[in-house]
Amino acid sequence: MNNYHTILIIITISLVTILIRFFPFVVFNKQEKLPEIITYLGNVLPTAIMAMLVVYCLKDVKVTVFPYGLKELVAVLVVAVLHVYKRNTLLSITCGTICYMLLVQLF
Amino acid sequence: MKKETIKQAFIKTLPVMAGYLVLGIGFGVLLSKIGYGPLYAVLMSVIIYGGSMQYVAVSLIDSAASLITVAITTLLVNGRHLFYGLSMLEKYQNIKRKPYLIFGITDETYSLLCQEESKDEDYYFYITILNHSYWIIGGLIGNLIGTLIPFNSAGIEFSMTALFVAIVVEQWLTTKDHVPAIIGFGCAVNCLIILGPEHFLIPTMIAIVLLLIMIRKRGKLNE
Repeated sequence: MNNYHTILIIITISLVTILIRFFPFVVFNKQEKLPEIITYLGNVLPTAIMAMLVVYCLKDVKVTVFPYGLKELVAVLVVAVLHVYKRNTLLSITCGTICYMLLVQLF
Repeated sequence: MKKETIKQAFIKTLPVMAGYLVLGIGFGVLLSKIGYGPLYAVLMSVIIYGGSMQYVAVSLIDSAASLITVAITTLLVNGRHLFYGLSMLEKYQNIKRKPYLIFGITDETYSLLCQEESKDEDYYFYITILNHSYWIIGGLIGNLIGTLIPFNSAGIEFSMTALFVAIVVEQWLTTKDHVPAIIGFGCAVNCLIILGPEHFLIPTMIAIVLLLIMIRKRGKLNE
């Protein structure tokens, strides 16, 4: 735990986020038409990045040694199946997390 | 009429309050688990104010990621906010408290304000600041719970995975084009296998952007 580096990380995230949020207001005025590639990436990038983040979250799961990532698999399936049927993000997250905590703590 | 406006804004933001409190608590607990107290939780929620990014931030902080990695990750994870801004250009023209309103554009605030017909600047402001405060309070509560109440929190980090799985499933169900999601997943898995968990993030993001640009041209030829 290095507090100095942590503060730098937090400030970096904050500045980049502010930059992103202010960018359109500084660069474009409402008459101007957007470059097509920007609109395109705006449509497809979020989906791809969210899928990437799922993998990022699971990056340290060891699939070659027991229990072969089975706990994670079960919990991910709980979230996914529940979400398909109920479409309630908070419910999916809460149940999936409780399920995973039980799996980790009991077995 | 100010009280009436605040009341209207409050009612409108109730669903966001539920979401932000729960997600905020999750974030706060996670942050406490890697050893950071309420001051950090509040600081992050005040100056970053981005749900998914703060979850990712916990893991970036925990692994003491380089600032380059942090900047690029933020750019890609929060990049979508740029498009929210674009569609608010007109609405936020010549408006008071404009810098704060722009700073406060999150997924949820945007979703409340983008269809809003009213021209009432105060209403925009109250909605934005109410949502921001729910998020800060959620993070603080979660962090205090994690710091003060001893409980076996093993496995609670899965809330972050669950959040993104739910988002991906939701997007999968609401869009016809699944290629971007498959590209994101495929690039990440391949880079992870080839490069290992420490170094796969930036190459993955580069690969995703390049592949998406490539299939865009191909899609055009096919039309």
